[in-house]
Amino acid sequence: MGAQLRVYRRRIKSVQATKKITKAMELIASSRIVKAQQRVDASLPYTQELLRAISAAVSHGNSKHPLATPPEVRKRAAVILLTADRGLAGAYSSAVIKEGEGLNALLREEGVEPVAYLVGRKGVGYYKFRERKIAGSWTGFTDQPTYEHAKEVAQAVLADFAKSTEEGGVDEIHLIYTHFINMGVQEVRVRRILPVEIIEATKEEAAEKLETKVFPLYDFEPSPEAVLDALLPRYVENMVYTAMLLGAASEHAARRRAMKSASDNAEELIKSLARQANQARQAEITQEISEIVGGADALSSASSGS
Amino acid sequence: MSELHVSVVAVDRNVWSGAAKSIVAKTPEGEIGILPGHEPVLSLLVNGVVRIEPVEGSKVVIAVHGGFLAFDSNECRVLAEVAELAGDIDVARAEAALAKAKAGEETPEALAAIHRAETRVKAAATLSAAGMH
Repeated sequence: MGAQLRVYRRRIKSVQATKKITKAMELIASSRIVKAQQRVDASLPYTQELLRAISAAVSHGNSKHPLATPPEVRKRAAVILLTADRGLAGAYSSAVIKEGEGLNALLREEGVEPVAYLVGRKGVGYYKFRERKIAGSWTGFTDQPTYEHAKEVAQAVLADFAKSTEEGGVDEIHLIYTHFINMGVQEVRVRRILPVEIIEATKEEAAEKLETKVFPLYDFEPSPEAVLDALLPRYVENMVYTAMLLGAASEHAARRRAMKSASDNAEELIKSLARQANQARQAEITQEISEIVGGADALSSASSGS
Repeated sequence: MSELHVSVVAVDRNVWSGAAKSIVAKTPEGEIGILPGHEPVLSLLVNGVVRIEPVEGSKVVIAVHGGFLAFDSNECRVLAEVAELAGDIDVARAEAALAKAKAGEETPEALAAIHRAETRVKAAATLSAAGMH
């Protein structure tokens, strides 16, 4: 076998091995999307009821809750980035980071200092490499987040929100995550979670859903304020949780897509390498024939000449 | 006979839903019992046991951690961070967890763990007591 042909065969084998791996990752990601989607669906009833209860409490009680009042001076704003722990997921993490850079620039323009809270190894890596300050980071659960994880993140940020700016507190909390629309479409979204904008938004949403149905005259126990006090942190936790679930579903979808195109590319590469290998083999055969014919010719002309 | 519709929802799933004759839950101000036609209530719940008397079948007992209850027009919704049917609770495990939590230091986390374990054990006990009758 010629050297050229051997090189081609070896490359084909290595690309085939890569293709097997990417194909396997694609299949794993596809099966996990379904599970992640089910988790998103399972969390919906709680979210809906929570929003309903909050808007009911707000419509009855005093809406000047500290978590719902925008501060007079904004100095520092927390930015939570939900990125992936692992790579090979296409632009999933980098899209979130890019959106975060945009928000950071916007905040700085307004004279607000952004403070980074990072979820996922990719985001942490990006910030560490640039030697930026990280106010909080959580890793190791992005593909299967639980409520405890979301609670941990939400509690940490809420604690900083409660502090004054001088002590390292923040005046606003923004959340950047990837919204899962369907298998093919995910988009990066930025939401301000504190101060809560929910008050008006949910009133409208609720009104749309319930078609101008007024909330019943609830008897609040212990009081509307106490109920709201307990529910608003829950709302923040729930929002982080929902974003994490959507992010996990998006991560799997992004990984599936990236791995599918990697498998397709490997397939293409194998095809073109096989063609080149065939050509090399054919050239080798042709050369051998011409060598034999040439040799025979030389022999016969030598014998006839004597 | 009038009945009320109850759904118990945890953050990540629907725990129980169905028609019921009554529901009893524990609020910061004491126990509250709700029968069909009760006035609308929106109340916080302390960690504890929620008892539901369904229209059909035996009593349902659920251990609830960090939740609240909303009732209006004969619809009762119990929302909780964690909600477990008493039947699903592994009593031995809950008791072991309780003993372990009590043996440890009195950190806030340990106290929360004690609370959770106690609620579980209590829920399981309530269920077995209901089964005796």
